[in-house]
Amino acid sequence: MVEPYLVMRGMCKSFPGVAALDEASLEVHAGECHALVGENGAGKSTLMKVLAGAVLPDSGVILLGGRKVEIRSPLDARRCGVAMIYQELNLLPELTVAENIFLGREPRWRMGLLNRVKMMEVSRNWLARLHQTIEPGRLVRELSLAEQQMVEIVKALSLEARVMIMDEPSSILTDRELEELFHLMKTLKNEGLAIIYISHRLEEIFRICDRATVMRDGRTIATHDVRAVSQGELVMQMVGRALAQIFPVRDAPSAEMALEVRNVTSRPRVKNVSLYVRKGEIVGLSGLVGAGRTDLARAIFGAQPIEEGEILFEKAPLREHTPHEAVRLGMGLLTEDRKAQGLLLNMTVRENVTIANLARIARYAFVSKSKESALVRALAEGLRIKTPSLEQGIGNLSGGNQQKTLVARWLFTNSRFLIVDEPTRGIDVGAKAEIYQLIVELAKQGRSVLLISSELPEILGLCHRIYVMRDGEIAGEFSAEQASQEILLATAMGVPLPAGPSTP
Amino acid sequence: MKIPERMRSTEFMIFLAVALECIVFALLSPSFRTLNNFVNVTLQIAIYGILAVGMTLVMITGGIDLSVGSMVALVGVSAAILSKQAVLSTEIMVLVAILAGLAVGMISGAFSGFLIARFGIPAFIVTLAMMTICRGVVFLITGGFTEGDLPASFGWLGRGHVWILPVPVVIMAVLFGSGHVVLTQTAFGRHVYALGGNEEASRLSGIRTHRVKILVYSLNGLLAGLAGVTLAARLGAGAPNSGLQYELDVIAAVVVGGTSLNGGRGSLPGTLAGTVFIGVLGNGLNLANVDPYTQKVALGIVILTAVWLDRIQKQ
Repeated sequence: MVEPYLVMRGMCKSFPGVAALDEASLEVHAGECHALVGENGAGKSTLMKVLAGAVLPDSGVILLGGRKVEIRSPLDARRCGVAMIYQELNLLPELTVAENIFLGREPRWRMGLLNRVKMMEVSRNWLARLHQTIEPGRLVRELSLAEQQMVEIVKALSLEARVMIMDEPSSILTDRELEELFHLMKTLKNEGLAIIYISHRLEEIFRICDRATVMRDGRTIATHDVRAVSQGELVMQMVGRALAQIFPVRDAPSAEMALEVRNVTSRPRVKNVSLYVRKGEIVGLSGLVGAGRTDLARAIFGAQPIEEGEILFEKAPLREHTPHEAVRLGMGLLTEDRKAQGLLLNMTVRENVTIANLARIARYAFVSKSKESALVRALAEGLRIKTPSLEQGIGNLSGGNQQKTLVARWLFTNSRFLIVDEPTRGIDVGAKAEIYQLIVELAKQGRSVLLISSELPEILGLCHRIYVMRDGEIAGEFSAEQASQEILLATAMGVPLPAGPSTP
Repeated sequence: MKIPERMRSTEFMIFLAVALECIVFALLSPSFRTLNNFVNVTLQIAIYGILAVGMTLVMITGGIDLSVGSMVALVGVSAAILSKQAVLSTEIMVLVAILAGLAVGMISGAFSGFLIARFGIPAFIVTLAMMTICRGVVFLITGGFTEGDLPASFGWLGRGHVWILPVPVVIMAVLFGSGHVVLTQTAFGRHVYALGGNEEASRLSGIRTHRVKILVYSLNGLLAGLAGVTLAARLGAGAPNSGLQYELDVIAAVVVGGTSLNGGRGSLPGTLAGTVFIGVLGNGLNLANVDPYTQKVALGIVILTAVWLDRIQKQ
């Protein structure tokens, strides 16, 4: 047996509140295309960022060609021959192809002036070697995304990369471009490169890859020869965990409609979506990252325009399509990115709670601070927000308490319909359980919740009903009883359902 | 209590600096410590103070308005020309001229605000363009000549007194007072801070962010108009060159007063202290016979020091 070219062993990395990598390992041979698969948040990206020098691991060993290497920065990774092609391409649009390829290491004449002749020549040679017809003197912004990706690959090769990581490279390509990429990957394999291929599209993996490693919860579960495994088996291993028993019991919803979405299209990522939510119901929106769940939430809330379709809130069609109107009618949106879209970091806990409904505590436009403090105090106690005082700057609270403060904002507006987008991201286990309790509590009071979550146990444990989105469309609808982690993930990935025993 | 405490202490430090400054100048120059000079200083800073109130609002939202100096000239000149028309009785024409001046300021401000909010053009660019446009229009209207010989009743706004206080000083004081109440006690004030802190979060909280922005720039324009008619009244003329580079002095005063250029942070008491500090600095250095060139260097150092101290305090 040949020694693998790349070995990662015992990789650990914790972020506050989460263990992103837990003794993960990976072995990739030279001349191999190796797939890395797993659910959202399984640790694929973190593992690859460690290899690319973008994240420092807490512990673990990396061997390249049998030698132990220290990768502490992207520059180290480059020196070791590791290149990463990110999903968002990292080229400078106003420079030429050749200038991008030689960025930071431009060849010079003796006088210190740029040697463009050499840059063009070397670039043209590389492109020719990969059978590409891109002219190295063109500006990058004039290129298609597929061509830009090609330039990134050429750049990596010219840096003498021996390991190439490709993060969801197919997501920006058309079918024909994908064929070209696969063709190129074969060339690279023949040249002896080790390719690590991350993709949610299992059929691609089965076409192009030799082996696949499954990750889950920061751990490496198994490595398979793709000829000896089925898509269904991979999905099972990607899920394969029992539901934690931290979910509270929920009540049955009422029959009354809270929200109806009819054939709504909101470009580019929401296509002809219909769904409904009843009063007192918790409805889950499952799917992979990029399936359009957050866009759908924003479209419902009026934060992004809809081109087609209709939204009915409590049986009345929405007229003005703005967040202001949504809030006025009684909707609330707990955003995925707390810092960028939720928190007012320059303001206190008290001010963060009341900002969406100052009318409630204002008389002739003047805010009554005593009334404000009293109402906020009651909410903070009810939600057990841990803060030394309501006058504390919101930035000084922990993630969980910040999240509770934002929930309090929507309780303060008396929201009857709440969209919660990844509500437990980046918060610790104790606070998670409290958020779950709170969501169920809200539903018991007759409010409705649309829960977007990438954590399948969360969706299964909380929701009455679940929609699965894929590529901007609703790919399936399941009741809590029908759904399982395998079914949801298989639907989200567009894979036939696996047969055999299922985890509860 | 961290943020309010920090705010309070920022303001406290500026007030302390103003007090120290006054003590030093009082010791250095006998003519500094007279009631007459005190009234004189307040009169000198009044126009800047009026402008600084509006600018503080704009800068708390994270914006900036470079056009206020030109607006002062445009409004002053328009009001001056209008007040001399003998269509109606002099008193009524003066009133019409003043109101028209305020309207010109407010409409210019609203226009800037509309462009900034609706099309997302950076405030720096929009107001830079407005600065040039307004100044150009002033010269087009006047042909470069000063519009003098204003009716005597117009002059009251700039040269009159309420008790011993000059009218411009009274106007400034009223604006600082009412502005402070608006910023700290009303829903609108809260929205202004929220907008500067996080625009997207504000929008998703249901705040009509476009409307708030346009309103803030309109108010700023209105105050620039008020400063314009007051200055014209004080000078007894609408001069095409008036208000030149006022925007820079005003921004300096607001920044020295602890308002963040990134938005979300600042207060009117701070701005008042900043305005007074810069005003007293000029006056004191004059009385101490420091030449104007050295004064400019001193002002620059003050601005840098203020920003530097603010940074240190935040860390």
